[in-house]
Amino acid sequence: MARATTPRRKALTTLAAWTVALIIFFPVLWMILTSFKTEASAVAMPPEFLGASWTLENYAEVWQRSDYPRFFWNSVVISVGSTLLGLGLAIPAAWSMAFVPGRRTKDLLMWMLSTKMMPAVAVMIPIYLLFQWLGIYDSKIGLVIALMLMNLPIIIWMLYTYFKEIPSEILEAARMDGANLWNEVLYVLTPMAVPGIASTLLLNVILAWNEAFWTITLTTTKAAPLSAFIASFSAPQGLFYAKLSAASTMAILPILILGWFSQKQLVRGLTFGAVK
Amino acid sequence: MGKIVLKSVRKAFGEVDVIPGLDLTIEDGEFVVFVGPSGCGKSTLLRLIAGLEDLTSGTMHIDAREVTSAPPAQRGLAMVFQSYALYPHMSVRKNIAFPLKMAGASPEEQEKKVTAAAKVLNLTNYLDRRPGQLSGGQRQRVAIGRAIVREPSAFLFDEPLSNLDAALRVTMRQEITELHQSLKTTMIYVTHDQVEAMTMADKIVVLNAGRIEQVGSPMELYHKPANTFVAGFIGSPKMNLIGGALAAAEGADQIGIRPEHLGIVTEGGWEGTVGLSEHLGSDTFLKVTTGQAGVLTVRAPGEVMLRHGDKVRLAPMPGKLHRFGKDGVAL
Repeated sequence: MARATTPRRKALTTLAAWTVALIIFFPVLWMILTSFKTEASAVAMPPEFLGASWTLENYAEVWQRSDYPRFFWNSVVISVGSTLLGLGLAIPAAWSMAFVPGRRTKDLLMWMLSTKMMPAVAVMIPIYLLFQWLGIYDSKIGLVIALMLMNLPIIIWMLYTYFKEIPSEILEAARMDGANLWNEVLYVLTPMAVPGIASTLLLNVILAWNEAFWTITLTTTKAAPLSAFIASFSAPQGLFYAKLSAASTMAILPILILGWFSQKQLVRGLTFGAVK
Repeated sequence: MGKIVLKSVRKAFGEVDVIPGLDLTIEDGEFVVFVGPSGCGKSTLLRLIAGLEDLTSGTMHIDAREVTSAPPAQRGLAMVFQSYALYPHMSVRKNIAFPLKMAGASPEEQEKKVTAAAKVLNLTNYLDRRPGQLSGGQRQRVAIGRAIVREPSAFLFDEPLSNLDAALRVTMRQEITELHQSLKTTMIYVTHDQVEAMTMADKIVVLNAGRIEQVGSPMELYHKPANTFVAGFIGSPKMNLIGGALAAAEGADQIGIRPEHLGIVTEGGWEGTVGLSEHLGSDTFLKVTTGQAGVLTVRAPGEVMLRHGDKVRLAPMPGKLHRFGKDGVAL
């Protein structure tokens, strides 16, 4: 039986949903508001809202003081690059796990996921030294590799889930039709998994864009992306909240826009395997 | 050409022997039906022939060429799946052309063969549609189209009609039979439906627990079942099997009589009471409980108007009795 939706129940759920959404979004909203305040207004106690003095100066200063386009470009290269490289490795891996699983495939998948449970800081020193020794410290290629490795388990897991949804008979039909493995993946599997691959791509671009620990640890200047750009505004001399907020807003804005326009695809992709 | 020879073919999944060891020869141009209850290994056997499963041991030859470990693409076979297995992101045209594209045919040749196949299968008006926009019967025709453009040495059908409704099943059954008559290519057809087996096959292979119970023409299987399993499986309603004193009197462990070979008589025979009567118009099926022979199914003419509780006398028609020994093998 369908649950009855009275107007009162609807109003209550709507109110609850808005409240939760506001609580989650409030820090971001406050950051955006702060970015338009003067430094004095930003640190005022009690916090100022309507009576605050508004300005665009923070943005002007942040833009002048640093090379935003370079950080932005580094973020694009690192997040898109690591995702594409990850997909390139994960598609064949997920294919084999979904369609020709071995006795230990489930264990392997769990093991891959378990690597995400390890605190990243535990391997910071070895990775730092390794990157220095390989000469890829503070290079875009280094960060592409590092972030790809960080997110590879998630990419493989997501693709595995999507591939499991594709009936194996269709791939067998392709094999009967004379397709070799490459053609089977290229002409049949990939086009059928496009929604899943697209949402994996989007989610991982977002994850890589927002990653701060490795991007700050493994860069100094040349390859530093927007996370390092934000960090550079917390100076030892003290925090300038308004400028820090302006820098942060500039850093998250591109990914916020991308997320906004692709939210349908993201939600669809993430619930893809949920309902049979 | 499409002669397929299986020698000592065995397939095991882990510890379980699905096909313990089997020899079978399928002649060029034959329509062979694998029939048996679910789980008897008929689909596995078809997948072994297709190359979608590897043999555990044994050998397989197609037209005297050893294909035991050849991948599906190199066997020159085409397969029609139960679920149609069409490519949902491609149009009907591209679905049918896919095997040609994989074989490296030119676009002109692809178009020519697709057009020809579509004409044969009444799909000309649907070539630009996606499989999702077609009915079950049309989808199955696309699947068949995809198989015929390859001009394979044999067609493999894995329960292709089981997703269709009853009326469409009859039509498609006839279309596949006609296709076989015009192409004269070897066809191997898997089904659990003995009506399909009887109506379509040149040769039926009855399987049970991965073993071949009997190989023969539909009429051979009907008139001379090799054992009680085949006797019970071929023919609808099932053959009546009777044990005890009546069988012993015939010098057998069990005797079998088909429902259509039991006559309603006025004198002699076995006396019984009608339990259930089903009137189909053309036939009347009766379940009769007799004292000597237990419960018997009778196929009587449609005009017979017996009802629940009526008394009848049944007698087997002369020469229609089947005798089986202790292990169920025909005597």
